[in-house]
Amino acid sequence: MSDKIAGELIEEDLTAVALLAPDFLKALRVQMLKFAVLQLSDEQLAEDAVQEALIGALKNAVSFNRRSALKTWVFAILKNKIADILRQRHRMIEASRLLREDEEGENFDMLFNDKGLWHLDERPVAWEQPMESVKNSHFWRVFETCLHGLPENQARIFMMREFLEFESQEICELQEITVSNLHVILYRARLRLRECLEHKWFQEDERA
Amino acid sequence: MKNCQQTTRLLSDGQERKLSFKERAELKVHVIMCSGCRNFAQQMNLLREITRTYAKGLDDQEAGVQDDMSGNNDADDQHKE
Repeated sequence: MSDKIAGELIEEDLTAVALLAPDFLKALRVQMLKFAVLQLSDEQLAEDAVQEALIGALKNAVSFNRRSALKTWVFAILKNKIADILRQRHRMIEASRLLREDEEGENFDMLFNDKGLWHLDERPVAWEQPMESVKNSHFWRVFETCLHGLPENQARIFMMREFLEFESQEICELQEITVSNLHVILYRARLRLRECLEHKWFQEDERA
Repeated sequence: MKNCQQTTRLLSDGQERKLSFKERAELKVHVIMCSGCRNFAQQMNLLREITRTYAKGLDDQEAGVQDDMSGNNDADDQHKE
């Protein structure tokens, strides 16, 4: 398909969708972009990937009579695009520098005492009906806040692993880190993210 | 015996690789006695499960609108034709 024809098609579909829900499309695009920038550390590449993913998905927009289905689909395309770009690039210039920065100055005295036991007020509590939370849009705002509160490479690598669902080995190759680096990074990301979600969501929830 | 910091590290690693028999035994012993790490263990699985639904969770309410067809999210990953 020539670019021109593709352009016209997109124009039409974008209009159709935008007419239905301009705010929805805008919000979706913002969130896709935020995610793509995190993964690619490059605004332009991220813009392109999001654009392509939206185009790909909106070509089929009529077949989605539920927005949530469209959203899932659009993100599935974006995931693949990002994975392709990462594989092609095969090298994160900043990775080793970020890793060192990350290793330095991070300790978890906040969480554990000098014997390595949980501080009383940091000891994990049981989460009530955790899978109900995912249906709540406010939960995802908290999740994003927590995610973006992590050091950047922790957030990126955590999402590569858990959302993009790369295998460990592949992340190591793409990011040029060792398996033990990866495990340390994931551990730190999980510690922080868990703690943040608990304090900002699950305990709040309990009190309500 | 493993402390909480070492135990949580093992629990995180357990998401990435198969733990050795010794490691699993050490985990069990600690987790029986420590409710914090017991919760942490469950939450490692939950965190994975939750994160995998991230795309679905970018909810319409962000834009202040509801799904047109229905309010429930069960069938989110079914692309209806």
